[in-house]
Amino acid sequence: MIYRFTCIVCPLGCSIEVEVDDGEVKEVRGCTCPRGKEWAVQEVTNPKRVVISVVRVDGGALPTVSVKTAEPIPKEKIPELMSYLAKIKLKAPIKIGEVVAEWKGIKIVATRGA
Amino acid sequence: MFPRIPMLNYDVVVIGGGPAGMAAAIRAKELGLKVLLLDENDYLGGILPQCIHPGFGLHYFREELTGPEFASRLAKRLVELGVQYKTASRVLEITNYSDLEKVVIFTSPSGAYQAWTKAIIYTAGARERHAFEIGIIGDRVSGIYTAGEAQTLMDIYGILPGKDVVIVGSGDVGLIMARRFALEGAKVKAVIELMPYPGGLARNVMILRDFNIPLYLSHKVVEVRGKGRVERVKVMKVDENLREIPGSEFWIDADTLVVSAGLVPSVKKLKRIGVEIDPSTGGPVVNDRLETNVPGIFVAGNSLLINDLVDYVAEQGELAAEGAREFIENGGIESRKWVKVEKGENVRLLAPHYLSGDKDVYLYLRVAKPMENAELRIPEVGKEIKLPVVKPAEMLRLSLKAEEIKKAGETLTVEVVKV
Amino acid sequence: MKAKVAIIGAGISGASIARVLSRYENLEVHLIEKAPDVGWGVSKANTALIHGGYDDDPERYPTRAKLCIKGNRLWHQWVKELEIPHVWNGALIVALKDEDFEELERLLERGHRNGVPEMRIVDKDEVFHLEPNLTRKAIGALWVPIVGQIGPIPAVIAIVENAVANGVKTHLGTEVVGIKIENGEVKGVETNNGFIEADVVINAAGLHADEIAKMAGIDYFEIHPRKGEYWLFDDDVPGPRRVLFPTPTPISKGIVVTTEVSGHLMIGPNAQDLPPKEKENLATTREGLENVWEGAKKLWPQLPPRSKVIRTFAGLRPEPTGGDFIIKAEEEAWGFINVAGIRSPGLTSAPAIAYEVAGIIQRELGINLEKKSKWNPYRREISHFFMMTPEQVNEAIKRNPAYGKIVCRCNNVSEGDILEAIERMKFIGVKTPSVDSVKFRTKATTGTCQGSFCRPKIIQLLAREYSVEPWKVTLKGMGSEVGIGDVKSILRRDA
Repeated sequence: MIYRFTCIVCPLGCSIEVEVDDGEVKEVRGCTCPRGKEWAVQEVTNPKRVVISVVRVDGGALPTVSVKTAEPIPKEKIPELMSYLAKIKLKAPIKIGEVVAEWKGIKIVATRGA
Repeated sequence: MFPRIPMLNYDVVVIGGGPAGMAAAIRAKELGLKVLLLDENDYLGGILPQCIHPGFGLHYFREELTGPEFASRLAKRLVELGVQYKTASRVLEITNYSDLEKVVIFTSPSGAYQAWTKAIIYTAGARERHAFEIGIIGDRVSGIYTAGEAQTLMDIYGILPGKDVVIVGSGDVGLIMARRFALEGAKVKAVIELMPYPGGLARNVMILRDFNIPLYLSHKVVEVRGKGRVERVKVMKVDENLREIPGSEFWIDADTLVVSAGLVPSVKKLKRIGVEIDPSTGGPVVNDRLETNVPGIFVAGNSLLINDLVDYVAEQGELAAEGAREFIENGGIESRKWVKVEKGENVRLLAPHYLSGDKDVYLYLRVAKPMENAELRIPEVGKEIKLPVVKPAEMLRLSLKAEEIKKAGETLTVEVVKV
Repeated sequence: MKAKVAIIGAGISGASIARVLSRYENLEVHLIEKAPDVGWGVSKANTALIHGGYDDDPERYPTRAKLCIKGNRLWHQWVKELEIPHVWNGALIVALKDEDFEELERLLERGHRNGVPEMRIVDKDEVFHLEPNLTRKAIGALWVPIVGQIGPIPAVIAIVENAVANGVKTHLGTEVVGIKIENGEVKGVETNNGFIEADVVINAAGLHADEIAKMAGIDYFEIHPRKGEYWLFDDDVPGPRRVLFPTPTPISKGIVVTTEVSGHLMIGPNAQDLPPKEKENLATTREGLENVWEGAKKLWPQLPPRSKVIRTFAGLRPEPTGGDFIIKAEEEAWGFINVAGIRSPGLTSAPAIAYEVAGIIQRELGINLEKKSKWNPYRREISHFFMMTPEQVNEAIKRNPAYGKIVCRCNNVSEGDILEAIERMKFIGVKTPSVDSVKFRTKATTGTCQGSFCRPKIIQLLAREYSVEPWKVTLKGMGSEVGIGDVKSILRRDA
């Protein structure tokens, strides 16, 4: 199985191919730096994302507050996290940078005040 | 001649409280100027508070931030310095009374005022092109939004515009909205891109893979149909000259059409007082102080040219503030023999347009078409920079030293050529 | 005893009739409209002209010929009483070739027969004096100084507000589903909101007038929609000072080039006949818009680049069998009055139509109309920030700080203007909060950006003032809600 990416580590945007066999990375082609290689391998083996969203708020100037996960989380966990964020409703006041919730050990941080 | 409304006095009035305006106001205050910052929204930050995604601040704060965090950093600094600012305040009219006397008439919930000022820094941002401008025909129904409006509805006001979404334009804003819709459980049925290549940064193009969103390159949305609400959109393929290919049409069922078809600098008020506009940037023609042809009127951020990075926007704001200080201290920016910057091969737009040669500058430019193994050249000064990849989507920022500029004669031509 | 009058349709005709009938002590007037607000049918999208009355052939279309000029004269009074935005700038019917003068002579002669004052044919010198930027190919024109322009929906709104202030009851969002007739006499109308008793039913249902007539057993006419498409340009694009028509052909009055009352260059319409069932087909078409563009270029060669287009839209005109207005009391159903087929020049004729209907009620239905001792002919326009001086703004801010806060940045519409508009919506009985209702009253969302900045704010204000969730606010009535729920609604539902 060959995965193809445009590298996002730097503006060069190398076209990288990662060859995987039996869940094991066999070869990485096309990248021009070790950071790119590392990124590509991670994208194939355990892609992670910082998740950004909004959460509903009562009593604030705006009805939402924007949030992010304090660290990148595995891509496949995103739907579960989103459905958790859908159920919670926060109360103002909220300060920017405040941890407003925690989900399976992942801190949810407000990126805007409310 | 002037209305009988309360009169205020400043060295600098900054119009627009987004990143360019906040950075300009902060810098102006640091330089000891008496400054007033005006913004029409209820909160500072311009468009940033709704840009909840990360990717901001890597250059300016050397740290990756979300839009609201970037705005909040600047706002905090602004407040610490005691910069005077007014929100919910809209500028109605700018009058250039004399070189060192300008009048900004603005309205606010506490009243309409006339602010007399020596210099103006104009940082009013840009507006989005809408469905009518890109020639979409059909029914005028609910569910057609610009990307920015959809973003305001979702991420400021907590309203979900729809559940089956087609996005016009694969620029960063369109892709980021694709992710927002997909994350909140909507189905993004397609991203439609007129050009044969995606318009956004590679990291944003990845969104399509993350959420399994089909991208149609060399396609356009031509028509919307529906009763009350969007029900379906008609898509056509285009040829290399961007002309629709007859018979290529197909329909996509959707309840929402998000148009992300580019930004246009908001400069109508500047045009009215005779500021010269560069048709390729849509913003004013400026010198290396970011001063327009009207002395003492400076411009920065997306009103100057459409930027991709907020970091450069803030940088331009600071530069404009420094220009304003020089203008006020010297009673004007000294007239000199300016070096005119010309657009050469594969350069679609650039700013600033005139350089003095007495200071180092950044040139901001965009190419017309993507190119690999390119070289940016300025033949007049013998400058050559290798660029493995250039794309219209990514603005180039080129540093030029004063000595280099001095080597040029009357003009300096920037070109991006294949090597 | 009061006679009950039910007017079906709150477009320009129904509204004008309601206003005129509100003058009478012995009438109880009900104005019924299926849309959530007034003026959203045929009245919404047209060329917004107060025509001169030279165009309608008195032999073929006697009612049109008679009422157009009469309506034109009445509008001069109505726009003042009701503070309706208007401009009396005159029209030029432009000749591009020598043969055109023959047609212009015919129009001049017809105008004289219809009683149109002050018309004359002008030569090349004078035509450029009247319209300096007209196509260089112009060789003369018919000059009709009495032609003007109004905001058609603002006009309907103003008229209805005045009618309501004088006692007319509105039933908005109310669709007529049947006409009750007993012993050959109307008894009232059945609606989706219940029965409304009436001794007189006036059918001013625009495109749907044939369907309403059929409910009363009257089927001698049919209405088919004729689509007209338009382009509207940004307000920094220079437009003409006068209303410019080409010399008409036997088929059409031609593509008009004009600067509409808000200061935007507008071109249109074309004319495309649609089958009678397509009464909701308001879609713009590529062919139609291109035809308009080509037509307009003949009079105004300096059309701006397409990037200066702020809107394209289509309107439908109700074309009746026979082509003339159908304004009469129907003998088969005593008390039923048709006001049908009010195609161009319907906007111009509306006030005259209203007096015509009052005359029919008096003469033919034998109801002796008694004037009210107190009837208020005046109506104040809402505040418009963009019409205020900064001093006036500061006066308004003393009443309410919202007048100092701009919501629509393109047209300088304040939050105070919008709150007043919402108050006026409620005053005439608008129950569904719609962005379009605010737009037509304030001009918010109609500028360069077409609402991408201000629509979300207007949605918030409507939601607050109508106490509904913001996503339930509509763009233009039920079925056009601006959202499907809160931002988490899908995820919560799927969970």
